[in-house]
Amino acid sequence: MLKVKNLSVGYDNVPVVFDASFEVKEGELVSIVGSNGAGKTTILKTLSGLLKPFSGQIEFLGRRTDRMPAHEIVKCGIAHVPEGRRVFGKMTVLDNLLLGAHTLENQDEIAGRLKEVYDIFPRLKEREFQKAETLSGGEQQMLAIARGLMSKPRLLMVDEMSLGLMPILVDRVMEILKEISRQGLTVLLVEQKVQEALEMADRGYVLQTGRIVAEGTGKELLESDMVKKAYMGM
Amino acid sequence: MLLQVIASGVLMGFVYALVAIGLTLIWGVMDIINFAHGEFLMISMYTVFWMYTLLKFDPFVSLPVAALLIFVISYLTYKIIIKRVIDAPGLTALLATFGLSLFIRNLAQFLWSPDYRFVTTSLVADKKITMGPVIIGLPQMAAAMGSIIMTVLVFYFIQKTKTGRAIQATALDRDTAKLMGIDTEKVYAITFGISGACVGVAGALMATFFPVYPESGALYSLLAFVIVALGGFGNIKGALYGGIIIGLAEALGGFAFGTQFKYAVVFLIYLLVIQVRPKGLFGW
Repeated sequence: MLKVKNLSVGYDNVPVVFDASFEVKEGELVSIVGSNGAGKTTILKTLSGLLKPFSGQIEFLGRRTDRMPAHEIVKCGIAHVPEGRRVFGKMTVLDNLLLGAHTLENQDEIAGRLKEVYDIFPRLKEREFQKAETLSGGEQQMLAIARGLMSKPRLLMVDEMSLGLMPILVDRVMEILKEISRQGLTVLLVEQKVQEALEMADRGYVLQTGRIVAEGTGKELLESDMVKKAYMGM
Repeated sequence: MLLQVIASGVLMGFVYALVAIGLTLIWGVMDIINFAHGEFLMISMYTVFWMYTLLKFDPFVSLPVAALLIFVISYLTYKIIIKRVIDAPGLTALLATFGLSLFIRNLAQFLWSPDYRFVTTSLVADKKITMGPVIIGLPQMAAAMGSIIMTVLVFYFIQKTKTGRAIQATALDRDTAKLMGIDTEKVYAITFGISGACVGVAGALMATFFPVYPESGALYSLLAFVIVALGGFGNIKGALYGGIIIGLAEALGGFAFGTQFKYAVVFLIYLLVIQVRPKGLFGW
């Protein structure tokens, strides 16, 4: 579904990610894990078109997306839930969700999407007309994911959703993501919480200082010496 | 007499507010100060003047034409000039709009001479409304009404339409707006266009009672800067209240100290407010 070949990208001509190749297959839940500063967010920003690659190819559903502007990529079916949630704080929960559906034209379809995400996140329905900045961190994370789902994506990319959330909320959000994935949506997760992210993933990639150093099923990676040593202190 | 002064101050305030809303909108959405704003106002006034002189069109017939024309000019200003400098350091865009303003002002002087010109007849010219002790000129009344209508339209557009929502999102967080599938380039161009339409409407209404000359926009854009700073940069409601405050200050100041000092009062109020609330009355 998503194929990335030899991707190099960075900021102001300083590369951050070197020669990264990976893929996400239809229906999978894939995790890219690595420590702070490894280049995980940079990769997602490139996939969604906020950054342009220095070199390499990105192909989504058979179409090259690496030269497309970000708003066109959304139309192709990629939703990006950014790091730090980035909800539109001064706007209502409903407006945030409607913005998520910006690429949809059909009003019935938008209403249908809205009902679906309210079913997944009933708390958001209760707070429909509240400004997003008045929500708690966990609720804002749910809003950010719900907003991503509004565009009817084929691939949902979630960046560091555990950031700033207390562990019990992290578990809940992970549970929800797993459920979304079980219902057939392809999910690409980027996480610093290596263990949790690999436990729930079908497959994973380990990113270290901009290079992919290991790949495999979630289980394989968790059992590999490299991961144990580098991220679990064993 | 005081009532009279207050009434005319408030009426002008609504017109000033509309000019300021155009300015504050661009600042709020893309952090750019458009120094050519007053020149767009002046072009609108000239549009009305020439349509009146050459084609015998009433200013109220020309109003939609002027609004549309300035919308297009403003839209193209974004596409041709601002787009290239928007990601450059802040001063670049500032100098670009400043240069544009000088260019337009001098072009107007070159094409149409620096003479003061007047639109002498219109639907509302020389008519007055008497309400008890207050006498209001119909041109001023019409200008205030027109400005209120346009203000409400802009407010509704920003708050309630899909494009308006996209404008708000882009103003709050440009990158995340892109992730929603919003074409932020288009949003910027439309924002410039709407700003132009505001000043186009204001200019057409003002041409019915203010002289038209190449510098005619400069004073009002200066007032608009004061209003925007007073109300809080990027805040539409703030611009509306700021406009009324400045309209009142101008009228009352002129009444109390003589018209030659009315702007001294305006700028004094501005200075005082800025000392207490540096981000303006409604800024956050």
